[in-house]
Amino acid sequence: MFYREAGQFKATYAEDSQIFPIRQDRIGMAIILLVAFVAVPLFASPYYFSAILIPFLIFALATLGLNILTGYAGQLSLGTAAFMAVGAFASYNFMLRIDGMPILIAFMLSGLCAAAVGIVFGLPSLRIRGFYLAASTLATQFFIVWCLTKIGWFTNYSSSGVITAQQIEILGYAFDTPMSKYLFVLIVVSVMALLAKNMVRSNTGRSWMAIRDMDMAAEVIGFRPMRTKLLAFAVSSFYCGVAGALYAYAYLGTVEPEGFSIEMSFRILFMVIIGGIGSVLGSFLGSAFIVLLPTALNVMFHFLEKDLGLELPSGISSSVELMVFGALIIFFLIVEPHGLARLWQIGKEKLRLWPFPH
Amino acid sequence: MNIAKKILLTLALMASGGAVVAAEQYIPAIDYRVGPYAAGGSGFFGGAIDYMTLVNINGGINGVKLIWEECETEYNASRGVECYERLKSKNGGASMVEPLSTGIAYGILDRVAQDKIPMTTLGYGRSDAADGRVFPYVFPLITSYWNQAAGMIKYLGDKEGGLDKLKGKKIAFLYHDSAFGKEPFPVLEAYAKQVGFELLKLAVPHPGNEQQSQWLQIRQAKPDYVILWGWGVMNPTALKTAQRNGYPREKILGVWWSGSEEDVVPAGDAAKGYTSMTFNTPGNYPLLDELKKKVYAAGKGNLEDKSRIGSTYHMRGVTAGILWVEAIRKAQEKFGKGKVMTGEQVRWGFENLNVDEAKLKALGALGMLPPVKTTCLDHEGSGAVKVQRWDGAAWKSITPNWVVGDRAMIRKMMEESAGKYAVEKKITPRDCSKEG
Repeated sequence: MFYREAGQFKATYAEDSQIFPIRQDRIGMAIILLVAFVAVPLFASPYYFSAILIPFLIFALATLGLNILTGYAGQLSLGTAAFMAVGAFASYNFMLRIDGMPILIAFMLSGLCAAAVGIVFGLPSLRIRGFYLAASTLATQFFIVWCLTKIGWFTNYSSSGVITAQQIEILGYAFDTPMSKYLFVLIVVSVMALLAKNMVRSNTGRSWMAIRDMDMAAEVIGFRPMRTKLLAFAVSSFYCGVAGALYAYAYLGTVEPEGFSIEMSFRILFMVIIGGIGSVLGSFLGSAFIVLLPTALNVMFHFLEKDLGLELPSGISSSVELMVFGALIIFFLIVEPHGLARLWQIGKEKLRLWPFPH
Repeated sequence: MNIAKKILLTLALMASGGAVVAAEQYIPAIDYRVGPYAAGGSGFFGGAIDYMTLVNINGGINGVKLIWEECETEYNASRGVECYERLKSKNGGASMVEPLSTGIAYGILDRVAQDKIPMTTLGYGRSDAADGRVFPYVFPLITSYWNQAAGMIKYLGDKEGGLDKLKGKKIAFLYHDSAFGKEPFPVLEAYAKQVGFELLKLAVPHPGNEQQSQWLQIRQAKPDYVILWGWGVMNPTALKTAQRNGYPREKILGVWWSGSEEDVVPAGDAAKGYTSMTFNTPGNYPLLDELKKKVYAAGKGNLEDKSRIGSTYHMRGVTAGILWVEAIRKAQEKFGKGKVMTGEQVRWGFENLNVDEAKLKALGALGMLPPVKTTCLDHEGSGAVKVQRWDGAAWKSITPNWVVGDRAMIRKMMEESAGKYAVEKKITPRDCSKEG
């Protein structure tokens, strides 16, 4: 009834090719942005900013990066955390070694560093694909972390390989409160998500999808596989690199190379799978699911224990939490193997017909 | 307590003028009881919570009861940060925090200074945080990694009959390839240069369940001693592989994260004779008996497996509990007995901690931990360690006295490192002569 495109006519090409062709979607998006930029900063507590929203946005950005590579270009990668590490350590070094370096430029450059590393480690994708490519991207994971712990220069010869991020400062304004950090992250993530959305709708994105669906056919109709694949690796790593820099600068503050472990790569891969392969929205949904659900479960069990007086032996609630989380993942994958984004799409289609389905 | 009761209680409190505020000192327990490091987490936090329960049973700290709230981190840095952020402002504000995880400690290092909540890192974390001028809110109490490494060299020197006898010897350093494993490098290198022994560094990649090539190298190089700086599954694997390669376990010296029951029991026979560092003297103490009698007999114990009472990790947790409570007690002496202390006040307590032998004797824990005396300059407070040997059934202390390395040298290195950190972070170190 409310979600219907009847009566909305497109008269020009520009109108037809906008991101949200349906008016209700535009309104919805505007509301979401308003809430994120205005309502949340007005009402949320520091806890929500620094413990929930910032990690959610950062992981959403990393997931978006991996989604470009895996979801759109079809190249499976297990090196996401390594690209994030490159981003974090590169921006640390840019800020440390160049006096008066603007932080946004440092983030851009660190993204470019990650992109360069991505291109190098993307080279095997020209010959191998599928699981074998995943195995070769594992090498990235171990090599980068090894490199960062082994070569002292990257960590400014810190004895334990730990770096401490400098303060975020733009034009004399220091982003040091949880809210300002949140807004900083939100702006970076929104801009990059918009870019990604446009990229996947353009010629670049179509070439990725063509390669994903059948690289032989894509080559025959004129897409150059080498350029397309390496571009996907570069763009994906750029996103992951910026996410890594944000992880160090806006979230943790102090990071060690081991923090960017294979477990983190897997977590981001799960976010892609659960959120929806090949979907920008899915990246956000997946990140929300994996980052927020364990916390929500933990809070819920605390509530059960404390306020309802449910006496559980120590440690049991932690174990139950893990089991519930695992069960939920399996449940969602059985109900909708294409991820939460697909679930949303089905909901939208149902909404269009509501309340009079054929 | 059901909701009706709660409302009644609130009403009663309001009726009495609202002047009665429950005197409760709140400590968040950011712990981990599942996952690969559950043995350490459940033992340590079990011990700390047991001790706090005991303090409450005995009437609290000058009447102030301790309360705590647990939050599961799974040893994961971002979950730890979330737990910290969630718990820090509950119940009137956290008075201190202890994450027992290097990753989480790093993740909240900046935050604790901003929130004015002291953080203890017992036997892990940044060694240079012992410089209280640069790290006012961080307390690597008892001994940091650097002083431990110095203690190891001191012990090996004593075993040879003097530090100079180590000259020309060969020491292999088998370490977990991570920030944790690399932490003692500067100290060991400095000693190697000063004393003149050869240091052979061998990295074991995480998690460390395959060490054949490293031990083949050790067999080839025939070092006089092997320092094992490992954790988790790496430790029993090292001991078993050493046995297979015929390297005597008596010559292996482990770090204190390689020296718990959980590390040696899985290795079985291979662990017999192995020595490791510790900052608790193994054994039984009146305090542990009191715990058993008052806490466990009343069914309030935190450990499910009662045989773990007094085990390495449990005792470490009790030790942490003692130091926390004494810091709060110290703070009360200055800021008002029987009052709830704020984070800043507890920080002062940690900085002026003086747990001497008389105090430990009164607690029934004489000899369990070294005396700890902190100052504004020195947030470590002791630097003393012990060496223990696994006899196949229990850990036994083999150094009658506390072992202390070259503290002056370590202090110099800490100040250098902390100074570098201060420059990077643009921190102006405090002037300790002005601290009261």
